Amino acid sequence: MQARTRRLGDRIGDVALRLLTGAAALGCIGLVGWIVYEIFELAWPAITEEGLSFVWQTTWDPVHEVFGAFDFIFGTLYTSFWALLIAAPISVAIGLYLSELAPAGVRGIVGTLVEMRAAVPSVVIGLWGILVLGPVVKDYIGPALGAVLGWTPFFKGTPGDVGQLSAVIVLSIMIIPITSSISRELFLTVPPDLKEAAFGLGLTRWEMVRGVVLPFTRSGVFAAIILGLGRALGEAIAVTQVIGNRQGVNWSLFETGDTLASRLANTFYGASSALEKSSLAYLGAILLVITLVANIGAQLIVYRFDPLRERK
Amino acid sequence: MSAQPAQYSLRGTGRMKRRKRVNLAMEIVATAASAVAVAALVWLVVSVLIRGLPALNLDLFTKNQALFGQAGGGIANAIVGSFVIVAFATAFAFPVGVLCAIYVHEFAGATIRQAVRTTLDVLTGVPSILVGIFVFSILVAGGKQSALAGSVALAIIELPLIARGTQEVLALVPGSLREASLALGVSRWRTVLSVVLPTSLSGILTGTMLAIARAAGETAPLLVTSSIVANSTSLDPSKALNSLPVTIFVYSESPDPNQHAQAWAAAFILLVFVLLTNVAARAFLARGRRKLEGAPARRRRLRVYHLFTRP
Repeated sequence: MQARTRRLGDRIGDVALRLLTGAAALGCIGLVGWIVYEIFELAWPAITEEGLSFVWQTTWDPVHEVFGAFDFIFGTLYTSFWALLIAAPISVAIGLYLSELAPAGVRGIVGTLVEMRAAVPSVVIGLWGILVLGPVVKDYIGPALGAVLGWTPFFKGTPGDVGQLSAVIVLSIMIIPITSSISRELFLTVPPDLKEAAFGLGLTRWEMVRGVVLPFTRSGVFAAIILGLGRALGEAIAVTQVIGNRQGVNWSLFETGDTLASRLANTFYGASSALEKSSLAYLGAILLVITLVANIGAQLIVYRFDPLRERK
Repeated sequence: MSAQPAQYSLRGTGRMKRRKRVNLAMEIVATAASAVAVAALVWLVVSVLIRGLPALNLDLFTKNQALFGQAGGGIANAIVGSFVIVAFATAFAFPVGVLCAIYVHEFAGATIRQAVRTTLDVLTGVPSILVGIFVFSILVAGGKQSALAGSVALAIIELPLIARGTQEVLALVPGSLREASLALGVSRWRTVLSVVLPTSLSGILTGTMLAIARAAGETAPLLVTSSIVANSTSLDPSKALNSLPVTIFVYSESPDPNQHAQAWAAAFILLVFVLLTNVAARAFLARGRRKLEGAPARRRRLRVYHLFTRP
């Protein structure tokens, strides 16, 4: 029998490597649970103190220890919604350009450049957002939008250096590389015979895309957009640099605002009272739930959809 | 549909012209979107270059912060601090990440494999500020900030990138290589250590370098774990150390133009580091690809692109 003739060292080595690597894998799983537990643990005093009404309370007043999360939840969802509104169509268009249109030479260069942007640290984007983008928004982009769309509630008032509009632009800049490169990969998985059949029927390129490529990849593209959303929801630094950090429910993008992650990054370490710290952790717990739902949702779609997943 | 003989002619009718116009319009839209995306990157990088380059000087690398409002001074402690924090973070995350990937790929069954994968993806999606608060809660609360706490936070951010990267590369090692080794009577663990790992080394390094690039730019976790710093250069990880991203963040909100200039210089240094690391990672990947010729090419590309852009 093979097992009997194996050397002692090999038997120990096999078991040892299995145990060691197994412990590491278990550690990875445990870590996620621990993070969730610890954040809820830290938030627990505030959860028991303020209950669920914390979610729709709008006052955030550390001096009188009155805390409510509504403004930050609104700011997070509102800026992410607008960022997605800008980034999603652009990302799909970039994905289509790179997979269907671009000449081979351009394809590699543009693809690499778009991905490179994913590597730029958010604090650098934020620095650029304050000092370069901010003035441009104030002097050019904002007034232009105000002139054309000033009659809607979304572009009322006068644009400033900082505000939700800058945050939306910065967020969409951060989402586009993620969403566009995943969509590009998805579009490349469309079987060429389907595409050729469409061309063979005399369809134009756009009709082929609308009739074959987009339906074939729909759920995957949707998942890619949700992944981008997850990124936007959790982005703390670049947003806190440009959004103005004042609470309030403002529908106008020219006004300032604040988001969950931004408030956390800005005030968590400096929080003076235990209840404020705990309330901030409560904000963190809400943010955690929102991002986990978005990410797990996206992954469920991807796993169900991914045509190249291992079938073992 | 009636059975009349078709009356189609090959000459363009009004409808065909419209279809072609729509097609052209859509092609222009797609091209313009890509141009806008590239232009945004160029605008960003050029801004950093224009403002960062003139602010570079020797003092920046050799001196610490000048007193508020005074000219001069540098960010030496931030550069050293960033190096220390990221080095420790990588030292923590690398072994755990690689071991985790080996277990998943070499020992685990399908269910566990899927479970660990999902967990790692979830971990990637946890906002970095929450990772910071987690580490604050277990290491900093009640005590003091330290560079080590910052390293642990960054290690948690690096971990899924390294583990996922390694997994994808291990999946590319041809089964025949493993089987050949086992058929020669080599035990499982020796096969993993001396056949599988060396073959996938370049891929593992790619994932690690991308993780380092990501960690070097992370600000949010460091704000809560290592931000209240002394104005002196130190290598001691038990104290809170300054770092490039925290410096950029603090200076960017300062009213002092001298600090703005230094923020741009710091951003320039950070950006150059991150982009060079990225380019090097791609070079490693290309090398690895050549070595692993024969694995199914399509799948390799799909996974690899996820590596570069995962949030």
